[in-house]
Amino acid sequence: MILFSLAYRSLINRKLTTIVTLLSLGLSVSLWIGIEHIRGGARESFSNTISQTDLIVGARGSPIQLLLYTVFHIGTPTANVTYESYEKIKNNRAVLWTIPISLGDSHRGYRVVGTNEDFYRHYRYRQDRQLELAQGHAPSEIFDVALGSDVAQALHYGLGARIVVTHGITNSRGIMDHDDKPFTVVAILQPTGTPIDRSLYVTLEGIEAMHIDWKEGAPPIKGQETPAEKIKKEDIKIEQITAFFLRTKSRVQTLALQREITNFSEEPLTAVVPGVALSELWSGISYGEQVLQVVAIFVVIVGLLGMLMALYTSLNERRREIAILRALGVGPVKVIFLLVLESGLLTLLGTILGIGIVYGSLLLLQPIIEQRFGLHIPLRPLTATQYGYLTYVVLGGIAIGLIPAWKAYRNALSDGLSVRV
Amino acid sequence: MDNAVEIEQLSFSYRTSKLVLHVPALVIAKGERIFLHGPSGSGKTTLLGILAGVLKAQDGSVKILGQDLTRMSGPARDALRAAHLGYIFQMFNLIPYLNVLENITLPCRISPKRQERLNGRSREDEAKILAGRLGIGQIVADNVVDLSVGQQQRVAAARALMGAPELIIADEPTSSLDEDHREGFLQLLFDQCREIGSTLIFVSHDRRMMPLFDRAISLSEINKV
Repeated sequence: MILFSLAYRSLINRKLTTIVTLLSLGLSVSLWIGIEHIRGGARESFSNTISQTDLIVGARGSPIQLLLYTVFHIGTPTANVTYESYEKIKNNRAVLWTIPISLGDSHRGYRVVGTNEDFYRHYRYRQDRQLELAQGHAPSEIFDVALGSDVAQALHYGLGARIVVTHGITNSRGIMDHDDKPFTVVAILQPTGTPIDRSLYVTLEGIEAMHIDWKEGAPPIKGQETPAEKIKKEDIKIEQITAFFLRTKSRVQTLALQREITNFSEEPLTAVVPGVALSELWSGISYGEQVLQVVAIFVVIVGLLGMLMALYTSLNERRREIAILRALGVGPVKVIFLLVLESGLLTLLGTILGIGIVYGSLLLLQPIIEQRFGLHIPLRPLTATQYGYLTYVVLGGIAIGLIPAWKAYRNALSDGLSVRV
Repeated sequence: MDNAVEIEQLSFSYRTSKLVLHVPALVIAKGERIFLHGPSGSGKTTLLGILAGVLKAQDGSVKILGQDLTRMSGPARDALRAAHLGYIFQMFNLIPYLNVLENITLPCRISPKRQERLNGRSREDEAKILAGRLGIGQIVADNVVDLSVGQQQRVAAARALMGAPELIIADEPTSSLDEDHREGFLQLLFDQCREIGSTLIFVSHDRRMMPLFDRAISLSEINKV
């Protein structure tokens, strides 16, 4: 097709403008599609923070808050769960496993979580991934601590390092350090891309031991603390935990169990289904992604306007060329078609370039993003919706091409065969 | 139908109501070589536009090869021009992003009728033959922006002659050439027009070339505005 090859050759001829236009279109499209991908990845990473847990149980309170402080380590729990209640529910026939957690302390801004070996055995994220130890063994002694990978990396701790836990959650050294009872690093966890990387894990006994002489939330008088070496694991009686994760033997029992826990007579408890709370939470914070998307759409429009400028400014120098084509018998409607073909070709190539940029950079950066931000962005084919968007981009390019094409048409009619050069 | 051009009572005006052209009668026989002259502003370019079918006369009839342009639609006139007319501009005849050969073969790519008239020869072969006859056989693969003005005009002539159109219109094609090249160019054009039997309408205000033509037409004489 002669017009197609003319459009192509003409674009090739204006190399610089064509390349710049293609780049601006390609980058704007890649921004849009890239944001779509990251959005999907973020959403998935987010909802993959915890898997296989059917219920999170804590003191009566807001479900989202419970999810935030247990899974994302954001905010502070308001009340605890007694160990008796925990054991009662744990022994319920419907329950397959539980993971108790005890919160409230920190180390240099990182949360310290008390738990037991069930955590290492049962906790799952991203469908079925289990926690793995990069070094050492899971904490078993009172003053053992396992570090999340970020913590180990950021604070340069290795096995055997001795650390002091701070009472409460502060970013600096707190006013109330448990400096009489230092912990020893016995394990470093593999990166998970979840808040686990940013936490320290001790035993439930360790948490109790730190607070052993505390009365009514107040520390013991200096010099009256029980020395760490006198504390025996067997002697410690765990009074309370903050919350626990549980999995049912059969998922159909989840809702019944949830109701049972909510109506638990001994103390007021809340049980949340993580999936439900996660999607509720996500819909709350998804305004941000919508804003990003709107910004990306505007960037695409700017890209298209750039193309419009490039084509429009080239029209004057192309009047001659169009007059020649007219003399050769090319009709004015075909002149429109030629220019629309150019804009269509540009947007199509720009879009393909954009897709290339997205997948190319994803392929390149995927491991780095996962390592640095704990965000796993899967390489997926474009969805139907995304193809829809890209079709709109190309159609938009064609529509925008009509503007210079119309101008060229008017020029062609008024110039005829005479162009003053 | 032995006339290439037959004009009767042609009137033309641009958007303003002022009449630019009124040609009561003009007949050009097939195979004639016509020298069309007239002072600037006498409507030469307008007349050529009408003959080429790019402009449409408001009144009268303009028959090209027996077909009345005033009764044809725009696309039909475009098709007629593509199939039966070769046009050479004063200068800047060539599409800058196509090479010499691609410029010469353009008419055959635009109009299937021009391609048919190559009698089965490929358009590239035909273009090379034409280029050879016009003395530009060595540069067919060149970029047109690298050519001299004289070479450019020859390429333009080759393109106009491609596919043997019945009518060639040349709008002061020699005015950008120096004197030595003018006559040579004209001679080549004559030879090729004779070869394919084309009618030639040659516009110029250089009257020294007038004697070389079969007939001279003064636009100021035939235009009765």
